[in-house]
Amino acid sequence: MTPAQIRDEILDILSKVAPDEDLSGLEDAKNFREQLELDSMDFLDIVLELKRRHRVIIPEEDYGNLASMASTVSYLEPKMRDIVKS
Amino acid sequence: MEEFDTIIIGAGMSGLAAGIRLAYFDQKVCILERHYTIGGLNSFYRLNHRDYDVGLHAVTNFVGKGAKKGPIAKLLRQLRFSWDDFQLRPQLGSAVVFPDVELNFNNDIELLKAEIAAKFPTQRDRFEILLKQLVDYDDLNDEMFGLSSRKILQEIFTEPLLIEMLLCPLMWYGNARENDMDFGQFCIMFRSIYLEGFGRPFKGVRLILKHLVRKYRALGGQLKLRSGVAKIITDGEHAVGVELDNGTQLKAKRILSSAGAVETMRLCEDTSESKVVQAGQLTFIESISVLDCQPKEIGFDKTIVFYNDSPQFHWTRPQTELCDARTGVICSPNNYLYDATEGELQDGIIRLTTIADYNRWAGLDENSYRREKLRWYDLSVASAVRFMPDFRRRVIETDVFTPKTIRRFTHHDNGAVYGAPKKQLDGRTHLKNLFLCGTDQGFVGIVGAIVSGISIANMHCLRTELS
Ligand SMILES: Cc1cc2nc3c(=O)[nH]c(=O)nc-3n(C[C@H](O)[C@H](O)[C@H](O)COP(=O)(O)OP(=O)(O)OC[C@H]3O[C@@H](n4cnc5c(N)ncnc54)[C@H](O)[C@@H]3O)c2cc1C
Repeated sequence: MTPAQIRDEILDILSKVAPDEDLSGLEDAKNFREQLELDSMDFLDIVLELKRRHRVIIPEEDYGNLASMASTVSYLEPKMRDIVKS
Repeated sequence: MEEFDTIIIGAGMSGLAAGIRLAYFDQKVCILERHYTIGGLNSFYRLNHRDYDVGLHAVTNFVGKGAKKGPIAKLLRQLRFSWDDFQLRPQLGSAVVFPDVELNFNNDIELLKAEIAAKFPTQRDRFEILLKQLVDYDDLNDEMFGLSSRKILQEIFTEPLLIEMLLCPLMWYGNARENDMDFGQFCIMFRSIYLEGFGRPFKGVRLILKHLVRKYRALGGQLKLRSGVAKIITDGEHAVGVELDNGTQLKAKRILSSAGAVETMRLCEDTSESKVVQAGQLTFIESISVLDCQPKEIGFDKTIVFYNDSPQFHWTRPQTELCDARTGVICSPNNYLYDATEGELQDGIIRLTTIADYNRWAGLDENSYRREKLRWYDLSVASAVRFMPDFRRRVIETDVFTPKTIRRFTHHDNGAVYGAPKKQLDGRTHLKNLFLCGTDQGFVGIVGAIVSGISIANMHCLRTELS
């Protein structure tokens, strides 16, 4: 997957995890927490969705990398580079 | 032998919710239920061509469509439901009624504030202080959870009657402890009843259960009804699997049990090691009266009335008789704001809940049991009509169920409705891979049980798989 595809995938996951949030104005550099009402249960869900969909495992000590869209995409890029988008 | 990632004991609200979470994230899950139907303490049945709900007065924690906060928003998100699936309609309005004083409340806290200002003018600012002291769901820790609510309330309020009146609905809808209430539970119930409020789907609890079980099955979850767990097989430190009432054995990497704390310990082969936990004592009789008219037509437009016939509210097991009718809950499922397309419920219904003593009911022989059911129907209705219009001439059909019925269908010791007074908030047991969910883990009620199933599945079955 390319970084752009990973970004789309994260957006899709967010729309499942937080269906009532308006994601259209999401700023990549800003923290998710500042823009969306996500709690720890929702973050766990993002991690679980990544595992469910792509077998990507994110260890708990790496959760800090999921703070914003930009940091999430750059963290996931090496892990998801070889995944073919279906 | 068939092997599962997770076996769940009980197809009540908590078991089904946990099952959905696990099946959604690709676990091989099996829910085992002893009864021939789902729902547990909040199921439904059919009698003389009419549909009845076992428990549903109200879904607590009501929020409108689009809400992002609160337990209902959270559970809808976690289970991948939309708000429209549950079709919750708001209450018309409820009341706490004590001799000479009535406090009305609805899904907007401003009404309760105004009622307190009008009827207890000296306590108005004190109520604001209480609102500030409430602890949020996520911030509750074990230490503050067990504090005495009565003590905290006595420090804030100077009118004892107001304390009793505020406690009455909260204890009725979710307190497993006699006389007093854990402060953590007080905060949870305060939020769910006074700050958020009541709602109900037009079709009652079956709509919620239907959605839960459909989603669970669609995700590949297995549900085995008439499959009571007779024994949890252990190797000393871990649960290895279960043995069913019919002798079948199933293996599992881990087990979640909604059967209750004491009940689950008893299932374990190695029960001698278990801590002694006390089963709950608080249970009810519930009477349902079908009227030949809508309750509004006889002047009753309240959704729920919590009544008590003296200034002191007694929340204990009846000391001398089968029931204690000094206090009770009156609910009319008709009195919700249903959509125009839904119309009115066909029958007028008055439901009445009265505190009962399991042991006395269980000790009756067949004939006395039948007679006492009739007698306590009359006594509890006679008590309730002191606080609402007398509906007795309009009754065309009745049903009553007792602690014995509750015990028979849910297998909870004493027919306890809110489980053991001491909760196991982290869900852990003496076995490393056996966890409690539902009533005895901590959260009660429909919403509470669903949230409990989700949290325990997340904490012990999903998060652990990530490392
Ligand atoms: C009369 C009444 C009125 C109520 N009214 C309301 C209300 O208006 N609003 C509200 O929010 N809540 C209400 N409640 C409370 C609510 O129903 C419960 O808190 C909630 O349903 C509990 O769900 P649970 O999953 O924790 O437990 P349960 O529903 O008890 O589920 C446990 C399940 O495990 C099964 N089981 C037990 N042992 C075994 C075994 N060995 N093997 C296999 N299966 C087993 C049982 O059969 C049961 O189905 C009411 C309850 C009652 C009884």
